[in-house]
Amino acid sequence: MERILELLIVWPFAAFLIALFLPKENEKLISGFTFWMIGIHFFTILGLIIYWGTQGFHSVNLKEFSIYESHNMNFFIDFYFDHVTAVYCLVGAMLTFLVTTYSRIYLHRESGYKRFFYTILFFYAGYTLAVFAGNLETLFIGWEILGLTSFLLVAFYRERYLPVKNAFKVFSIYRIGDVGIILAMWASHHLWHENITFEKIQNYELVHHHLESHSMFGLFISVMILLAACAKSAQFPFSSWLPRAMEGPTPSSAIFYGSLSVHLGLFLLIRTMPFWEHQLIARILIGGVGLFTAAIGASIGRVQSSVKSQIAYASVAQIGLMFFELALGFETFALFHFAGNAFLRTYQLLVSPSAVSYLIREQFYHFEPKHENIETHFTKKLEYSLFLLSIKEYNMDELLDKLLWKPFKNLGNLLRFINIRNIYFITIPTFLVGVILQITRFNLPEVIVEVLPEIFALTGLFLVFRAYAGRRNVFVVWTLLVMNHFWVTLAISFNDALTMYEIIFHLAGVVIAGTLGYVVLWKMYKAEPDIDLNRFQGHVYEYPNMAALFLIACLGLAGFPITSTFIGEDILFSHVEYDQIFLAFYLALGFVISGIALIRMYARIFLGPHLKRYHAVAQRSS
Amino acid sequence: MISGNYSDHFGGRRSHLRNFWKDLYSVDLDLAIQPFLFRFLCSYLDQGIAIWGFPVWNKGFLTTIREMERNTYTSFFKTERAKRLLMDRKCEISDLLKILVGDEKLYEHYLFDQQFAHPGWSGIVSVIEDMPQTLLDSRRISLQDLIIFELLLEIDTLDHKFGENWLPLSMRITEKVQPLFGKVEIKEYHEVLHLWQDAFEWSFYDQVLGGLQTNQAKGTILKSPAFQALFCIDDRECSLRRYIEDIEPNAQTYGTPGFFGVAFYYKPKDGKFSMKVCPAPMNPPYLIKEEVDNKKNKKDFHFADYTHSLFFGWLITHTIGFWSAIRLFINIFTPRLSPATTLSFRHMDKFSKLTIENHNTEIKEDGKQIGFTITEMADRVEGLLKSIGLVKDFAPIVYAVGHGASSVNNTHYAGYDCGACSGRPGSVNARVISYMANHPEVRNILRDRGIEIPAKTIFLGALHDTTRDEIEFYDDTFPDLAKTDLHKHNKQVFHQALDRNARERARRFVTTNIKLDLKKLHEAVKMRSVSLFEPRPELNHATNALCIIGRRELTQDLFLDRRAFMNSYDYAIDPEGNYLFNILSAAAPVCGGINLEYYFSRVDNLKLGAGTKLPHNVMGLIGVANGIDGDLRPGLPNQMIEVHDPLRLLIIVEHFDDIVLKTIQRTSQLYEWFINEWVHLVVIHPDTKKITRFKDGSFFDYSPDFVPPTVTDVEALFKTERDNLPVLLIKE
Repeated sequence: MERILELLIVWPFAAFLIALFLPKENEKLISGFTFWMIGIHFFTILGLIIYWGTQGFHSVNLKEFSIYESHNMNFFIDFYFDHVTAVYCLVGAMLTFLVTTYSRIYLHRESGYKRFFYTILFFYAGYTLAVFAGNLETLFIGWEILGLTSFLLVAFYRERYLPVKNAFKVFSIYRIGDVGIILAMWASHHLWHENITFEKIQNYELVHHHLESHSMFGLFISVMILLAACAKSAQFPFSSWLPRAMEGPTPSSAIFYGSLSVHLGLFLLIRTMPFWEHQLIARILIGGVGLFTAAIGASIGRVQSSVKSQIAYASVAQIGLMFFELALGFETFALFHFAGNAFLRTYQLLVSPSAVSYLIREQFYHFEPKHENIETHFTKKLEYSLFLLSIKEYNMDELLDKLLWKPFKNLGNLLRFINIRNIYFITIPTFLVGVILQITRFNLPEVIVEVLPEIFALTGLFLVFRAYAGRRNVFVVWTLLVMNHFWVTLAISFNDALTMYEIIFHLAGVVIAGTLGYVVLWKMYKAEPDIDLNRFQGHVYEYPNMAALFLIACLGLAGFPITSTFIGEDILFSHVEYDQIFLAFYLALGFVISGIALIRMYARIFLGPHLKRYHAVAQRSS
Repeated sequence: MISGNYSDHFGGRRSHLRNFWKDLYSVDLDLAIQPFLFRFLCSYLDQGIAIWGFPVWNKGFLTTIREMERNTYTSFFKTERAKRLLMDRKCEISDLLKILVGDEKLYEHYLFDQQFAHPGWSGIVSVIEDMPQTLLDSRRISLQDLIIFELLLEIDTLDHKFGENWLPLSMRITEKVQPLFGKVEIKEYHEVLHLWQDAFEWSFYDQVLGGLQTNQAKGTILKSPAFQALFCIDDRECSLRRYIEDIEPNAQTYGTPGFFGVAFYYKPKDGKFSMKVCPAPMNPPYLIKEEVDNKKNKKDFHFADYTHSLFFGWLITHTIGFWSAIRLFINIFTPRLSPATTLSFRHMDKFSKLTIENHNTEIKEDGKQIGFTITEMADRVEGLLKSIGLVKDFAPIVYAVGHGASSVNNTHYAGYDCGACSGRPGSVNARVISYMANHPEVRNILRDRGIEIPAKTIFLGALHDTTRDEIEFYDDTFPDLAKTDLHKHNKQVFHQALDRNARERARRFVTTNIKLDLKKLHEAVKMRSVSLFEPRPELNHATNALCIIGRRELTQDLFLDRRAFMNSYDYAIDPEGNYLFNILSAAAPVCGGINLEYYFSRVDNLKLGAGTKLPHNVMGLIGVANGIDGDLRPGLPNQMIEVHDPLRLLIIVEHFDDIVLKTIQRTSQLYEWFINEWVHLVVIHPDTKKITRFKDGSFFDYSPDFVPPTVTDVEALFKTERDNLPVLLIKE
């Protein structure tokens, strides 16, 4: 059984990698391959679960291998299989199988046919990894893959403005969720002094013992997990991304946002439930967020006049209820709810174009000029206000804008003085001073040495803000984003345990990705001297290979699990002491914002309406 | 010209003015306003998607906004000035423009920029303003209201950013703004484009005209035809007619607009409204009702409101949510009919009765007369028969075959039905005209007018489903046994022809295996109409390029690859061109309109068409948009036009050119189609087959170069050829 489980996890990755090399023109081969790969996977899972059931439904934990091991940390991949995994992977496999089958003909002759299928495979690989994950680290890898593939599929029609804009929005919000997971990982590392597995936290005694002495720490972890879950599952205040994600072909919207991706926040909560279920405050928070989202989600959903946004908000509201059910302790119930909701919304989205003929026929035969509903019994003023607020989605977008994006941007704009002329004069000497300080320490008083890591990390963070607000010069932005890693490493190096080996481990990936990105930018600059970050330029139309390389560079730099930087960042975090919560926060924020800035760079240069108009280009508003 | 390198960079003038907001003020007004504006507008116009419908209705757009603003704890706006301006009823567009733009000379340009930033929504508002009846659940709105609201939102956005002290746009622009409607210089590039288009069009037209001249078919002047069948003018019927004539050489087919000259509104049993089943510009004062027991439309809970509500949604996901999974499995692996399918045969119940004959002209329903009087019937039958040249030698059975289409998951389904029936199936019309022509008193009147329909002849209505290639006959039980046998035989002919027609269509479907045997191939074609995942249930009017008005012998042996609208017409019956005038008055706007819709959707599918239909989202049941924030999409989706060649329609009339010239000049509405070259016109001389081409107000001789290749078995080509075939001469 263990071997089969391992095979099941590797299978979609292998399929994805093979799919990358299939010929672009051969639709039959591409979709047939995907169909069989996912089909076999689905039926194997089905068989396995039946077999597993006959054996008595015992949970299985598979400790795989350590990717990195040192005296104070062990980064290892771990898998876990229990009833939650079983439900999630069965629903996921079945829906992915059905939707790929659906897409085989649906996407016929669409440019990007191959891109669609390999992105689905990659998504599926990430999903499988996430639901089989036995610890947070493994789950995080899957989680990151889901974030990236979501971005790619929302922006499937990458030559139009709105898909790219909305894909970027979705990615940004996912990234906020990532802060939650990263900080939760960091904090739990300190709480358990190891990379705890989901199997171990089932042990009530153990959890209870650890939480007794660190109850605030425990709450912090729970809140961070909730943050991640809210972002992924479109709960308040992040709900507005979900309807906006419906920019790709209908089947991809159905599977991602109707069913699988959006329920992953719930999965995270179920997985970590043994940990937070003994914390009353955490349960109240989770239940409260869920119930509140259910209420406003339902109210927003009621006024939606487009089919897909209506389904999206209905789904948001149901997921809110699932959070609530979970907070009350009804885990199995929430699992059932998840499966039913996933099936129902997938089907509704897939048949959504039929709504026109069906509902017009209904209207034709059953029309009544004015509906009675609950709200008509309210006072006029209340009715109108609620209606208007629902149409405006309770201003959730503006709230996020005001609380998050605007301040980031303003901070960045304050740092505008860093530009192409002085970037090297300002950043490099100060960095060298930092390095010298680190090596010699000049007998600086202990108090100062203690705050230095925070100062350096904050400097790195400021550079990221500057990059985030950067508009004109792509090289400045890129350099700043690369520099950030150096500052952060410098900051952590003050914490004694960081070894040279670890520094190299982290920076090697940065240097490789940084160089690759720089070379691509340079080549692009030579070919298109006007590139900037002010607007979308859509250069992928003429330079698809450059775009792919640049995306890889961005991902490498953003700590996506393709280079050693991914592990490196985890190593850095493991060296942040548990009393250095600010340092951890700066690091996490820097990580998140730099990721957003990188994807923004990619999107602005390569995606969106093409600048050159020798071919048909869509209206911006379309 | 072929290898030349011509600059195509002309810097458009539209949106030039409004772009200054971004350049000079760093404000992206469209980004700030459009999502809310569209959502709000869609809520207001929504026809039945939202569960909580718009709270104020029937008051007009701006009045509604004022009413809501007055009675709310929140607001449409973030700032005070916009609120004040909204409440000031005297506030006009020019007052708002004064604040925003300043310079009066730029007002027009500004509004143009603003509205053309979202042509979809502006367009539909304008249509609804002009034709409120286009919405079943009516709404009052005007383009002026929309513009005022949008201007107010712009002021609000700017005030929110700068306070109330900002300079109007014109005060900060230093460069000269090019006048929007100023003269456009014609460059060599444009001439080259023009030449390409000419070459493209005439390369094909020449084939057709060469074919028509070469074709020696004498026409089968049958004294006793086996049966006759009237089809719609529609280009999709042209191949079916070819097969029927091939299988039963004694059969004759005719083409005429698919409403068969009977214009009325149709009210199905239990319908709360009536629907127009004649060309859209007509407004007939007649109503025909369906009478039938037990009509039930099956329901599908997936579209029901309650699945979206909190509590019922919760119940449903736990219970029948799992049924969705099974349904999905079934529907993907074995597609089948469901309540979501639009089925042409559902338009009218086969066993229903229709109120065709009027018994009392005083009784009106919805302001319309129920049914037609005997004289009115006779007028219509006479008009139809004379226009297609069928005035003698009637066969024992004359079929009137309307057409409709079936599809699922298709937002553009109405475009697949009969254009001459306002985008609905033609079954009711086919039955109505047959009833009229069978009526003994009508026949008496017709006899007096010179049309002798023998007593043994009956007319029979039918509906051809162009997607499924199926046919349904109406009122086809006869007391007469011989007739029953005859009809049974004819049905065989139809069914065989439909199988072969399905194969001809299937050659265009790359995902269908053309090498299957005939019956299986037909099943595969039928499957497309019920498959949720099939964005191309049929290809509709794609590749249409011709409209041929003349006798059947003109085209009988020609293979035109389903590219021709065909209207039967006998010049000999109509020396003055009176019937021709009627035909052209319908054909030019209907066929020409269809053709231009395909033309524009094809030449710039992203702006003038709807783009790919895969990401479309249904907005308020009035349109589709990409995602939820997008503008409404005009035109046709890519899946409908990808095989279409953007050629303008070539209308070919068999008559004398001087008569045709006089005919098209009778009204300016008709003439503008030709003089403006929205369609091309060619006249073919009935006796000499000399061809003349209409250009700039008169006719010029044209002699085609093309001699069509001869084939014996055109169907053998279908196995290998997926693209357009040239014009071919079919020889046995």
